[in-house]
Amino acid sequence: MVHIHFVLLISRQGKVRLTKCSEILSRGPKLCNFVEWRGFKVVYKRYASLYFCICNDQDDNELETLSIIHHYVETLDRYFGSVCELDLIFNFHKAYFILDEILLAGEMQETSKRTTLRLIAAQEELLEAAKEEASSLSSIIAQATK
Amino acid sequence: MEQLKTIGRELTMGSQGGFGQSKEFLDLVKSIGEARSKAEEDRIVLREIETLKRRLLEPDIPKRKMKEYIIRLLYVEMLGHDASFGYIHAVKMTHDDALPLKRTGYLAVTLFLSDDHDLIILIVNTIQKDLRSDNYLVVCAALNAVCKLINDETIPAVLPQVVELLGHSKEAVRKKAVMALHRFYQKSPGAVSHLVSNFRKRLCDNDPGVMGASLCPLFDLVTIDAKSYKDLVSSFVSILKQVAERRLPKSYDYHQMPAPFIQVKLLKILALLGSGDKQASESMYTVLGDIIRKSDSSTNIGNAVLYECICCVASIHPNPKLLESAADVIAKFLKSDSHNLKYMGIDALGRLIKLSPQIAEQHQLAVIDCLEDPDDTLKRKTFELLYKMTKSSNVEVIVDRMVDYMISISDDHYKTYIASRCVELAEQFAPSNHWFIQTMNKVFEHAGDLVNIKVAHNLMRLIAEGFGEDDDATDSQLRSSAVESYLRIIGEPKLPSMFLQVICWVLGEYGTADGKHSASYISGKLCDIAEAYSNDETVKAYAISALMKIYAFEVAAGRKVDMLPECQSFIEELLASHSTDLQQRAYELQAVVGLDAQAVQAILPRDTRCEEIEVDKDLSFLNGYVDQAIEKGAQPYIAEDERNGMGNVSNLRSQDQHESIQHGLRFEAYELPKPPMQSKVDPVSSTDVVPVPEALSYRETHPISSVGSTSEAGSSELKLRLDGVQKKWGRPTYSTPTSSTTNSPSEKPANGASHVDSATASYSKSRDSQNTKKTEIDPEKQKLAASLFGGSSQPERRSSTGHKASRSSGGAADGSRGSKAVEKTIQQPPPPDLLDFSDEPTVTSALPSVDPFKQLEGLLDSSMSSTTNHNAGTATIAPDIMSLYGDSTASQDSLDIFHGLSTEPTGATSGETTVTTLPQSVKGPNAKDALEKDALVRQMGVNPTSQNPNLFRDLLG
Repeated sequence: MVHIHFVLLISRQGKVRLTKCSEILSRGPKLCNFVEWRGFKVVYKRYASLYFCICNDQDDNELETLSIIHHYVETLDRYFGSVCELDLIFNFHKAYFILDEILLAGEMQETSKRTTLRLIAAQEELLEAAKEEASSLSSIIAQATK
Repeated sequence: MEQLKTIGRELTMGSQGGFGQSKEFLDLVKSIGEARSKAEEDRIVLREIETLKRRLLEPDIPKRKMKEYIIRLLYVEMLGHDASFGYIHAVKMTHDDALPLKRTGYLAVTLFLSDDHDLIILIVNTIQKDLRSDNYLVVCAALNAVCKLINDETIPAVLPQVVELLGHSKEAVRKKAVMALHRFYQKSPGAVSHLVSNFRKRLCDNDPGVMGASLCPLFDLVTIDAKSYKDLVSSFVSILKQVAERRLPKSYDYHQMPAPFIQVKLLKILALLGSGDKQASESMYTVLGDIIRKSDSSTNIGNAVLYECICCVASIHPNPKLLESAADVIAKFLKSDSHNLKYMGIDALGRLIKLSPQIAEQHQLAVIDCLEDPDDTLKRKTFELLYKMTKSSNVEVIVDRMVDYMISISDDHYKTYIASRCVELAEQFAPSNHWFIQTMNKVFEHAGDLVNIKVAHNLMRLIAEGFGEDDDATDSQLRSSAVESYLRIIGEPKLPSMFLQVICWVLGEYGTADGKHSASYISGKLCDIAEAYSNDETVKAYAISALMKIYAFEVAAGRKVDMLPECQSFIEELLASHSTDLQQRAYELQAVVGLDAQAVQAILPRDTRCEEIEVDKDLSFLNGYVDQAIEKGAQPYIAEDERNGMGNVSNLRSQDQHESIQHGLRFEAYELPKPPMQSKVDPVSSTDVVPVPEALSYRETHPISSVGSTSEAGSSELKLRLDGVQKKWGRPTYSTPTSSTTNSPSEKPANGASHVDSATASYSKSRDSQNTKKTEIDPEKQKLAASLFGGSSQPERRSSTGHKASRSSGGAADGSRGSKAVEKTIQQPPPPDLLDFSDEPTVTSALPSVDPFKQLEGLLDSSMSSTTNHNAGTATIAPDIMSLYGDSTASQDSLDIFHGLSTEPTGATSGETTVTTLPQSVKGPNAKDALEKDALVRQMGVNPTSQNPNLFRDLLG
């Protein structure tokens, strides 16, 4: 399977936007190549001004990895509604949540966009509710656990 | 529309700044975005750290505020700074009852902590509680954390619950439980080995997501032990069949492919299961054929599946039909303009080449295109392929190319890698000793300090031993040629230390052997080296040892030693050296030179490097002396343990204790266990007057000890390796100076001018675009192809038997073969196409041959410049919204190319055409969204990357 060691989002200026690692991450600030890198492969793809990098094993299928990146971006796009870099900057924790639903323990966990988003939405509903009734958090939990 | 609503909702929360964060956070992001340098960014982040530290100390922080602080901590950590002061707050947040906070807490701890962090212990309890929660979302959050944070020690704490969750009613939970169990299996297989049957069960889950997740652990299990899973072959095949027939819900489709990620996983598993198993393989043929036929080769994911099919076909028991269709797919890949596909094609070719070597010949020109491509990644992949297809007939071309490439790159990691590949191929297939030495010289010269020291030892050993067999003449010729080449190379500035060591050793050993060079000439050269690299003690040690040998040979031959003044001063310098090793060597030299010829001959006999040295470990030759001494009343020797009165304690223990008595505290690293023979085997110690201090010879990597272990007695590992080499080496493969004759002209394109490259690129382009395969193919390239791929055309192969017979008879046959190869290359370009490619295609093809990524950048840059032009008219600093919108439409087409490329790489070969096919309305509502977002952000004055006007475009369009 695609064993993903880390995911890295870097803006065109080399600014780090998001990292998720399932292995130890050596944080090189400008690590965006489509190259074999110390026995791993870094697959990257650029969307507008953002580079999405995924590092995986030597013998993994790069095209699949590339598709995973695209799949993630499409999911982000559906979630944010025409996603742009700003969404990811300000809501990077949400980008993480989505990534957590797609990739887990370095493997692709869910390949259906709809399932992913439904799960996020379920969590989100709680989130929204929490925002609206910020004062009575406990009641929401009660509601959710009914 | 729903998305619009979400955005709307976000917007209505404007009081907070619109993105749900406080002004403070937005300001932080803004200032970081605008930071011009890393230093400035660091200052901002450090200030933020101070702020956060202060804030976190405040009492009674509202929970929402705390959540934001945690997110800011994440931001700080993400930018590479230490946020450990706040970890505990993240841990606390996981205890919170409210899911949003809990989830943020979990996110933070998974990103902050590694699985051996001390704080984990505080979280395990929470995780346990959450895994029991009634709310499946809480359980999911906890399982996410489990995957990241649980280590082998904490697995037992959560394992029963995770296993229970495999049967949870919600598929999301089951899926995550599978992943968590898989993680446990990866971390400590022993702890969960009794539970692996669960993965089989989950394969039959009704939810495709859970089934897909269970493929990950099953793949691992099959990798380790394929035999136990043979019974699942039919299940996997039938799942794959159903997937390919679109039986899964539509939502698993991706770019019109039915559940491609699941297909890829299944193909990988089948490849393992079918490997070397004819029966299992046969059950896969049909479905594989179907998938290859059905897969859409115009999308990335379609090609990913196709590639996986090729890997599978290459791995299972071969089927001619499938191999054929795999070859067709490879052809498509290689002909594509997309570098990604070419890369995959080269990789796939490497997999298939073992099964059907002729397939490489079909694509030889495409392979050479890739080799000459400016794209490094592609080039490296191609070298990988060449490495796989190296034989004694093409080793010279391939290794020469590799060496050239090795010289041209600066990345040490890869340089090391390719250097070792060169060495490996040269050792295996070298057609002649001379070539081998030349090649090794080049490798050492340019990557000397990167290659393994064993390679140097191998080379010295090889020169010392020659190629064994029969005639000494060849051996000494080899040595002379090595000496000559080294004398030539010495003049080069800045040679790597390891190469100098080899040079010194060879010069010392064989510099004067053939009588061509005088002792004073060689010793002068050695002094030059020592002087030029005066801060390299290892080289100096080699140099002085070499000098000693030279002088010893002189003395032994009865000649008077005439020490050059510079040698004299070099020796004097070493006599006073701080390094005891160098000092000792210098004193030894002085002592040896002072002895008479006979004694010297006994100490340093000439040309005995290859003789085994008998080592008397018991020092029995001293018995007489010892007895004498005891008779005279000396104390007999008492072994160390006995002396300390702890003879019955285990050896190791007593040693340790002894150490501790002596030193109290040990600061140095523990010594490596001493290999039995080690200390005495060292050739230097046996040939030198005074033995080298033992400690020096323990570790092979120790610079000084390498002097000793150079050749014969070296280490046993060396011996092992070389045996293999010699076998492959000898006469049988020696047969091919032929290839060198055909190859010599083909070396030109390697170092040829860039115009050759562009020309070849354009040729290949025109070939592809016009579907006329062989028009005017660069003869250089054809020659290269011929030398790489050997006889590819039919007549050539037929006559090859004849060559084999005539090869041994020598040069004439070689010549004829060479001319044949040329003949062949001339024949190949078939004739006359009506179109003249000489000028036009070169123009049009220049673009596609560029790296697609670069191309994208280029496009984007141009769009950027166009936008800035727009802005130039208005206010550049804060352009109003309308002008921004105008910009986005103005440069819409260039961005659409992007889109086109990103979704269907092969379709986008000619950028301009896709522009029109992608209707703008696809992103209709989104444009409005983007606009609103723009406006909002502008209002807030946040413009994180103002240098980049494209920022606000959405990523997909």
